[in-house]
Amino acid sequence: MASGRDELLAHYEKMFEIRRFEEEAARAYAQSKIGGFLHLYIGQEAIAVGTNAALTDDDYVFQTYRDHGIALARGMSPNAAMAELFGKDAGCSRGLGGSMHFFDVENNFLGGWGIVGGHLALAAGAAFKSKYTEDGRVTVCFFGEGSTNIGGFHEALSLAGLWKLPIVFICENNQYAMGTPMSRTSPLDDLTLKAQGYGMQGDRFQGYDVRTVQERVGLAVKRARRGEGPTFIEVETYRFRGHSMSDPAKYRSRAELEERKKKDPLVIARDLLKEAGVGDEQMDEIEERVEAAIDACVKFAAAAEPAKEEVMWDTVYATDLSTKRGAGR
Amino acid sequence: MRELRYREALREAMIEEMDRDDRIFLMGEEVGHYQGAYKVSEGLLAQFGEKRVIDTPIAEAGFAGVGVGAAMVGLRPIIEFMTWNFSFVAFDQIISNAAKIHQMSGGRLKVPVVFRGPNGAAKQVASQHSHSVDPFYTNIPGLYVVMPATPRDAKGLLKAAIRCEDPVVFLEGETLYNVKGDVPDADEEEVIPLGKGRIAREGSDCTIIAWGRPYYTAMAAAEQLAAEGTECEVVDPRTLRPLDTDLMIESVRKTNRCVLVHEHWPYGGPGAEIVDRIQREAFDHLDAPILRVPALDVPMPYATNLEELVLPTTQRVVDAVKRVTYA
Repeated sequence: MASGRDELLAHYEKMFEIRRFEEEAARAYAQSKIGGFLHLYIGQEAIAVGTNAALTDDDYVFQTYRDHGIALARGMSPNAAMAELFGKDAGCSRGLGGSMHFFDVENNFLGGWGIVGGHLALAAGAAFKSKYTEDGRVTVCFFGEGSTNIGGFHEALSLAGLWKLPIVFICENNQYAMGTPMSRTSPLDDLTLKAQGYGMQGDRFQGYDVRTVQERVGLAVKRARRGEGPTFIEVETYRFRGHSMSDPAKYRSRAELEERKKKDPLVIARDLLKEAGVGDEQMDEIEERVEAAIDACVKFAAAAEPAKEEVMWDTVYATDLSTKRGAGR
Repeated sequence: MRELRYREALREAMIEEMDRDDRIFLMGEEVGHYQGAYKVSEGLLAQFGEKRVIDTPIAEAGFAGVGVGAAMVGLRPIIEFMTWNFSFVAFDQIISNAAKIHQMSGGRLKVPVVFRGPNGAAKQVASQHSHSVDPFYTNIPGLYVVMPATPRDAKGLLKAAIRCEDPVVFLEGETLYNVKGDVPDADEEEVIPLGKGRIAREGSDCTIIAWGRPYYTAMAAAEQLAAEGTECEVVDPRTLRPLDTDLMIESVRKTNRCVLVHEHWPYGGPGAEIVDRIQREAFDHLDAPILRVPALDVPMPYATNLEELVLPTTQRVVDAVKRVTYA
């Protein structure tokens, strides 16, 4: 029981880190310290943290552009993450990727992808490699319910099902594809019905309790690792912010949002910890530790060196090829 | 040296490389049991087995993406498109993913994948099956684009493409698979570096730059013109991204005149890019405007007489050379 409590405490700390990281990112965005698109994961943290807890360090993870949560859950430092948002050389992608393109090869977090449906086949490719080399790894691929209508989704799942690849597809159904509710984009309420069409297992649950996510994703990961093929998981969730920072989310009511916030994964975890006898003092300690780290990462990002022109040129090709000598020479 | 067909040369390149490195696999439609839609992969399934010669469903976006993803984590895929016309449904995988990953990840991931297959018009296969796709892919930083004309170049360049650490778009000539040519003996390994062109024929009166199938059109025109006393230098860049600009500039500085022959449409593309580079770097050496002999600016018609009208012909090249030499 104590170990379960400790684990939940660790999960809570990570979820709180993600929440506070993104709140500070939103603030920096409002101050124009961060540009471009910024898609926040606030409200969905239990899925990233619960899933990561079901994986080994060697397993591969792919995510959409809403990628801060899983990157931090996977072990990326808040410094590298915030520096990326600030467009700095110390960022996880050296300031060349930005919010939508976080990468952390050391922690096997393989991106942050910006085209809806475009990364599912990549994830199937990573899983293909695991089957080809028998390396025992499992790949997890996240995407939104909005991805489930585009061709890239169908082709990736077709191949993964056909070849019984060691992969878990996790659909984070946060109810809105940008501003459009699923009732207006899908003839199905239960997306796991699609799994059958690809010859794979389906599972469906609510993603508000981090322990549920860990347990249910864990079953699919074990199945994949045993060579029993992929699973399609639909997790019900809700994002408390708009699609991106530029979206005031006028397509949903205040009342709906308030109702959903009752299922805030952080509140649920906090209540569980209280029930398990964790005192306020211990919670304060965790939160202070996180606050210090988040405060530090913002300062780090602000002070870091800007992204470098030579890195931009040198990373167009992996081979030694001066691209400056192209059309504009 | 011995004589091989273009398709045999490509096959040898794949066999030799797959023998050398078991991270290499071939994936695509009909590459295995069917022995390849154009028989390039004939015999590979028997030699390497189903693990490494992988038939796919008709799902270009899916298997192109699988190739890119597998390359990201250490394999070295060869992805065959039955024809490059079908790569358009996998455009996103090549452009948004393969070409971007190295830079987008701050240089931390690389994508050693080869996309290969037949390119360009064949014979009366009409507009949807007759694209020369070089203009689309050469526009993209992050990709190599290779377009060999001869069996020797096909083999040596494919070997280099497979060894390349970056994504390579390898455009084979759909009508060239049966062309025969000299290829070094099996025990004389030749890996032709990407980005290096070739002087196919020396001459002093006019430079003709051509790649892929139009290389043969250019050579035929050069023969015809030689009989009339005009000596053309034929330059085949072989790789279109990066371009061997120096080789072409050097030739034009010698001949002072230049004609390009290409199967892609006239609007933009490597044809226009090469003209731009020459006018900037050899401006004072030009005695005439650079002319291009491209495909005509229309979707490819079905009827034989019209298809012949659209594609570059020897006569059009001869006429262009006569115009720039004021003959």
